[in-house]
Amino acid sequence: MSVAEAVKTDVIIVGAGPVGLFAVFELGLLDLKAHLVDILDRPGGQCAELYPEKPIYDIPGLPVVTGQELTDRLLEQIKPFAPSFHFSQMAERIEKLPDGKWRLVTDAGTVLEAPVIAIAAGGGSFVPKRPPIAGIEAYEGKSVFYSVRKMEQFRDKDLVIAGGGDSALDWTLNLQPIARSLTLVHHRDGFRAAPDSVNKMRALVERGAMALEIANITGLKGEGGQLSHVSVQSKDKSARDIACNALLPFFGLTMKLGPVADWGLQLHENLIPVDTEKFETSTAGIFAIGDINHYPGKLKLILSGFHEAALMAQAAFRRARPDEKLRFQYTTSSTNLQKKLGVL
Amino acid sequence: MKLIVTDREGKVHELEALEGWRAMEVIRDYGLPIKAECGGACSCATCHVYVAEEWLGKLFPPREEEIEMLDQAFHVHDNSRLSCQILMSDALDGLHVTLAPESA
Repeated sequence: MSVAEAVKTDVIIVGAGPVGLFAVFELGLLDLKAHLVDILDRPGGQCAELYPEKPIYDIPGLPVVTGQELTDRLLEQIKPFAPSFHFSQMAERIEKLPDGKWRLVTDAGTVLEAPVIAIAAGGGSFVPKRPPIAGIEAYEGKSVFYSVRKMEQFRDKDLVIAGGGDSALDWTLNLQPIARSLTLVHHRDGFRAAPDSVNKMRALVERGAMALEIANITGLKGEGGQLSHVSVQSKDKSARDIACNALLPFFGLTMKLGPVADWGLQLHENLIPVDTEKFETSTAGIFAIGDINHYPGKLKLILSGFHEAALMAQAAFRRARPDEKLRFQYTTSSTNLQKKLGVL
Repeated sequence: MKLIVTDREGKVHELEALEGWRAMEVIRDYGLPIKAECGGACSCATCHVYVAEEWLGKLFPPREEEIEMLDQAFHVHDNSRLSCQILMSDALDGLHVTLAPESA
């Protein structure tokens, strides 16, 4: 990828959760533009992914607000600053450019350049849960897959799909017509997936087009990364092996620090230590705000992240606009700020 | 009020629990390894525990929401519960749970 394709901006924000979103606001008041990268396909981070309907009671001024409502309100609040979002992408690597700026490349090939990176990645990237089965790592990418990129790779294969949610059922229905055989393994004879999908799956089982195994997966057998059997155990403790070429486990998402761990920043138990004046990491120009940072007295609260975003923005301004004077103003009185917010 | 927790290495911990706290919160407060990613919203299945047989009958049965969320846990058995859905009370003084295997 040529450098010419790089998008230049003031601040690259890694993570579009509540803190990343509010950082857009604080940066925007200082005329700093932001691009956000998030592995999810929409804004909100944990608020949207883990608890969209859960009421939150400790946001100042909002006695009760759900995760999704808070996300929606933040999006409304930052709308005047027109941030650019890069969803469904993992911030993969960074490099320092000769002029002191940072270049960040995502796993989708997006290239962003800015004097400041603000990591607001919460608990890390949402990635598929890896079943705690001994030796599963050796099969990943070869015969164990957590997502389907090309359906064709499963044509005429013996497949085992594990899980009971929509992903498991959707892929069961999509892959059953092209697979040689398909077994859905789930720990109970009930499914949280959409009833329509469940009915379709049961109809396929009824006419012998696929198998349903009510059991837990206990082990994997194979060689050189190629599965030959998935071992399962049912409630009555009977164990058996299912012959297969591939296993697709769908157990939802979990959070992992991900590539940020390799960016050369000092880490403390999967968190990023920062100072409490600027919330800057051990590397100049890279800041960390919200749940992902660590400092004495840190509280993992959304409101703490908001405060951290405000102070980070001040430091980001000094770095991005070294020749300009930072003039701190209040939104209540500054006509300048009110114009930016579009209320004047 | 006690909450007895067997960790994944088989070590038994006797924790002081508080009325109204969720078992998950007590376990997390003591620094035992439990992810509890969603913080008690019954939406991540990373606070999965096995409840000792003798205590099963004393717990409120799981709601549909919890049963469905357990679909995202691993090695689920009849005594599987999400510890964020267990509220500590006098009736559960001495409750014994075992931490379930966790996604690596």
